[in-house]
Amino acid sequence: MSDFSPELLERSDFAIITEIIPPKSRVLDLGCGDGELLQWLSEHKKVEGRGVELSGAKVQRAIARGVTVYQGDIERCLGDYPDGAFDFVILSQTLQETRKPLAVLQEMLRIGTHAIVAFPNFGHWRVRLSHLWTGRAPKTKLFPYEWYDSPNVHFLTVDDFEALVANQGWKVEGRYFLSGSRRVRISPNLFAELAVFQVRK
Amino acid sequence: MVVEPKQARFESLSLDSGATLSPVDVAYETYGELNRNKTNAVLILHAFSGDAHAAGIGHDGKPGWWDNMIGPGKAFDTDRYFVICSNVLGGCRGTTGPSSINPATGCPYAMTFPVITIGDIVRLQKMLIDSLGIERLLCVCGGSMGGMQALQWAVSYPDAVASAIPIATTARHSAQQIAFNEVGRQAIMADPDWNGGNYYGRKPPGRGLAVARMVGHITYMSDDSMREKFGRRLRHREQYGFDFEVDFEVESYLRYRGSQFVDRFDANSYLYITKAMDYFDLVNGHGSLAAALEKTKARFLVISFTSDWLYPSYQSLEIVNALRSRNRDVAYCELASNYGHDAFLVDVAEQAEVIRGFLARVARENV
Repeated sequence: MSDFSPELLERSDFAIITEIIPPKSRVLDLGCGDGELLQWLSEHKKVEGRGVELSGAKVQRAIARGVTVYQGDIERCLGDYPDGAFDFVILSQTLQETRKPLAVLQEMLRIGTHAIVAFPNFGHWRVRLSHLWTGRAPKTKLFPYEWYDSPNVHFLTVDDFEALVANQGWKVEGRYFLSGSRRVRISPNLFAELAVFQVRK
Repeated sequence: MVVEPKQARFESLSLDSGATLSPVDVAYETYGELNRNKTNAVLILHAFSGDAHAAGIGHDGKPGWWDNMIGPGKAFDTDRYFVICSNVLGGCRGTTGPSSINPATGCPYAMTFPVITIGDIVRLQKMLIDSLGIERLLCVCGGSMGGMQALQWAVSYPDAVASAIPIATTARHSAQQIAFNEVGRQAIMADPDWNGGNYYGRKPPGRGLAVARMVGHITYMSDDSMREKFGRRLRHREQYGFDFEVDFEVESYLRYRGSQFVDRFDANSYLYITKAMDYFDLVNGHGSLAAALEKTKARFLVISFTSDWLYPSYQSLEIVNALRSRNRDVAYCELASNYGHDAFLVDVAEQAEVIRGFLARVARENV
């Protein structure tokens, strides 16, 4: 873990993801930003990495750092990839921003063998308290936005995700729960700020 | 640094039409040094009216057409890469074209010159690259018609191309693109001085060629860039002249660019090269673009520009999505620019940064 770049350390889910991904995998990172995770994975794990990102400025920075990134919308472009094109498809802290999260997850598991999904847990006790006490849309460290300018359009909890996976008949290959950079071992639906799931069909 | 133009001659070239040209001359320039393993060569492919003089200062004192992209420390860093650019087949800047002398007759080919394709243009470039002892190019890159050549290279010679950067281009000319080219051709052929193409040694069809170029220039700009550059400003006049002399700045600009073009470009080359662009269709013979790109092995970087309405981003996306559907390695970005199709020539800061990074990675893997 000592060779993590400072930017990567700020994203605790990246630490988990870099542990999960085996060397030389074929990886697609959805909403890859300026490609720091993919760059790290290609340098340290020799993965064959691709990314999708909507923001033109971030795509330019990603390509300029030597990462293969496609400027596009993950809710529109996944259909072009052939079945099983990737070993791992990563969706890091973006699921809650998609309009049709289930469709995105289904596509991820069509084009990839494994899906890694990281999302902020809306069931965290602070969110619950904020909602209960103020009677307003929760605003916390994890969800700092006003309701009218939040990029998040779906609010899901750890248990919601587990229920969806069971309902779809998918298999959870790994669960990782974080509060800050610490692992959460008990009652993740209450104590995890961030959940990382590894799922397959 | 003054660049020395170079020249190569090849015995013969077979064309897609079935005709054969012999001999064929190629004008080209090189910048930087070819390394010992010959793995650092980059082929730059010029657009419709470009030539081999891509970088550095020519004997006429003029900088190359992509001097802002090619040179020491620039995106195509000539301290690291050996950069080659040749004038296209059918051109009029040193490579065999309709204005060249047909050895069989001792007269210029004029309209007896065979109709050529982008495939023919690239086949001749491959002969040049072979003659330089280069087995595999680190990169092929060009904008507009140069991008078509880059795509053709990746399809025709998959083992000879490590990476390709098609910019502001298409995998096949659209009806609109063919239409603009046809207007240009008709303007030339409507000029009585064109004379069925036989004007060499006489007055060339300068009026027709100038009109063709004026139309071309409009398509290279955008509504925004024209408004910014000219608006409704009058030229050397305080008020309308109520005549048909130049009133507006934009008229003056187009006339100037038109007449300037006549001095450096051959009208018959205009006909032949635009025809080659119109025939360009990678889908043809493959059933689909994805099938055409299936056998490519290059890493791709595709670039388009927001205000380019002549080669709109959707055409770049067709290429990118076809490559993605075959799981090819393709990076794509649409750069923000107001300059229209001209952006790849004039608005290069962001383009230079993505190309620099893309190329550095390809070089790490291949040099």
